[in-house]
Amino acid sequence: MSTLMSGARMLVECLVREGVDCLFGYPGGVTIPFYDVLYDHPLRHVLVRHEENAAFAAEGYARATGKVGVCCATSGPGATNLTTGLVDAMMDSIPIVAITGQVTSKLIGSDAFQEADTFGITRPCTKHNYLVKKLEDLAQIIHEAFYVASSGRPGPVLVDITKDVLQAQGHYQQVTAIHLPGYRVFTEGHTGQVRRAAQLVEEAQRPLVYGGGGIIAAGASKELREFVELADSPAVLTLMGLGSLASEHPNFISMPGMHGSYAANMALTNCDLLIALGVRFDDRVTGRLAAFAPHAKVIHVDIDPAEIGKNRAPDVPIVGDVKRVLTKLNKLLAESKSAPDETLRAARRAWWHRIRQWKQEHPFDVATSDTEIKPQHLMAEIDRLSGGQAIVASDVGQHQMWAAQLVRFNEPRLWLSSGGLGSMGFGIPAAIGAQFARPEKLVFAIVGDGGFQMSIPELSTIASNGLPIKIIVMNNGHLGMVRQWQTLFYNNRLSAVELDGFPDVEKLAAAYGFKGRIVDKPWELAPALEEAVAEPGPYLLNVKVTPFECVYPMVPAGSGLEEMVLGPPQPVAVPAK
Amino acid sequence: MLQVISLLLENKPGALMRVTGLLSQRGYNIESLTVARTLDPEISRMTIAVDVDSTQRQQVIKQMNKLINVLQATDLTDLPAVVRELVLVRIRMPQESRTAVLKEAEIFGGRIVDSSTEGFAIEATGDPEKLGEFIDVMRSYGEIEVTRSGALAIGLEAKKLRLQPPVPTKTKMEEITY
Repeated sequence: MSTLMSGARMLVECLVREGVDCLFGYPGGVTIPFYDVLYDHPLRHVLVRHEENAAFAAEGYARATGKVGVCCATSGPGATNLTTGLVDAMMDSIPIVAITGQVTSKLIGSDAFQEADTFGITRPCTKHNYLVKKLEDLAQIIHEAFYVASSGRPGPVLVDITKDVLQAQGHYQQVTAIHLPGYRVFTEGHTGQVRRAAQLVEEAQRPLVYGGGGIIAAGASKELREFVELADSPAVLTLMGLGSLASEHPNFISMPGMHGSYAANMALTNCDLLIALGVRFDDRVTGRLAAFAPHAKVIHVDIDPAEIGKNRAPDVPIVGDVKRVLTKLNKLLAESKSAPDETLRAARRAWWHRIRQWKQEHPFDVATSDTEIKPQHLMAEIDRLSGGQAIVASDVGQHQMWAAQLVRFNEPRLWLSSGGLGSMGFGIPAAIGAQFARPEKLVFAIVGDGGFQMSIPELSTIASNGLPIKIIVMNNGHLGMVRQWQTLFYNNRLSAVELDGFPDVEKLAAAYGFKGRIVDKPWELAPALEEAVAEPGPYLLNVKVTPFECVYPMVPAGSGLEEMVLGPPQPVAVPAK
Repeated sequence: MLQVISLLLENKPGALMRVTGLLSQRGYNIESLTVARTLDPEISRMTIAVDVDSTQRQQVIKQMNKLINVLQATDLTDLPAVVRELVLVRIRMPQESRTAVLKEAEIFGGRIVDSSTEGFAIEATGDPEKLGEFIDVMRSYGEIEVTRSGALAIGLEAKKLRLQPPVPTKTKMEEITY
């Protein structure tokens, strides 16, 4: 009935059945049996240049598609190198499955060559993890891993497989059901609570949607758009939620939080109803919790019950899938017969008026200069070329904030950014994963000169696969975000933030066989970016920007959103002697 | 404050590590932890006493429930429940105190499990606080060594164990093509 096959082959078989078309990995001693199967199998394996980047690339793939991303590594150092990517996926709820090799089961515990306690190490880095020591468990566990990674609140799952399991011969038994008696997935949302939520939305004078990555994970963009239109509510979207409502949608204000817009933060501070959708009240968004949305009743919708009430006690808690809950909520709002009275209509008009005013008073600063390239100018130009359509993978730091502020995203899954963990070195491998997932898309990797140097090995992956990724280095010669904090909060004592010795990108790109150039004149910026986009292959553009620019607005850590600083401290006139 | 949690968890490799790891990861201090099999050998019962801010109690339970191997997490702190602990005390005391020690042990319901010329080994069970007093009393008679089991608890109201049914796989079912 079924053919006899090795564990390694069974593993590949399971991956194919899960719809995997591409995986990112790096081989090693104990995973050779797996690579031996891949030798003549159509499943595409992308050889990265460091295991950490295999995990980031799998994340990029998952973030760009919503499908489960897959990465693999060998035992010991291979597995430990994956961990940053696993935690990154954990923090941002990204579905990935990591396959690692483990030493032969008999050798476990003997400090064998390249042995590490991967199962123990990755326990807190994953949603769930497995150690497979028997071939008969393999297929069941692989299918379970994909189910756990992609259902409920998505996350990373690691499967550690001993070498003897990969080598053993056995029969593939069809896996027809996943049985995890203790794994509860809450999707529906309590009908009574949804009704209460609808009522609050109808009665609110100053409603505000606060949406996040959960909307993208749930694929609820359409429902979100319907909701903001039905409820006539403005919306702010977190770093993780950008694109879930089109940036060009009239109800979209912008990103709130530490580097959010004045309008977004003022709207949060002044709203009387906060509709929190797929968000976790992260400290980078809320600032000082006690001062966050102090006048608002809170409706909190999340698929993870542990997020509800973790940081802010909601008035209407709804545990459920955002898409399904919004569908119910929209139905109630659409069918509602209660027409708002004149007082309410006037209040809503006044609310919108205030929001528009805030937006006008302090829009994001798109400074340009005749002599230097301002970082904001760079982001504005990328935005122009993207038109809200390109995939943008960012690294972590100042460039990430400016990109989030100034680049539009008119669809979900275009903005790929390490939000919760804030992992430098994320941008380029994530762009690689995204470009494999969506080959037809224009993909920018916007990185700083710090993060870029963490990812240089992957230029080789880009070159050897001919990926037409546009790597834009926002080069300010510093670890800019740390430098900004040192400037603002540590008396400008700049410690270990200068990045001297940046390579000549033209030569660097040429060494890998593709084009690169440096640009430092503001009038050369637009043509240089256009050239990069027009290039059919990869392109590395080193953009020298003003070195000492700070990202504003800024809510100092521990302050309330209203206490944001809008710009650099103004020079104070020194009184004449 | 001390929170008493009763957990039912699948008897799988690493399940204990997941629970203890979660507690330390989230910054909760374990006061005591006991674990053993239930009538069903596939399922273990764990009683955990954690030192946690009262506002965090619900969050602890929610985080426990997120663990895939945890079948049920119950906060017994405010529910009708019996909490018991076992303590073993070895005491060395002067000859003339032997009768007094025996008397005191009897008051606390202790049982002599070993006797020698040097002293006794005494076993006592009871409410953890009461056992604390027992230990204090024993200490006043001589040199002691103590082993405590940690709290064991059972809720007095039946709580239905709701298990999730199997989910059919959606994986592609076509035959292998190579």
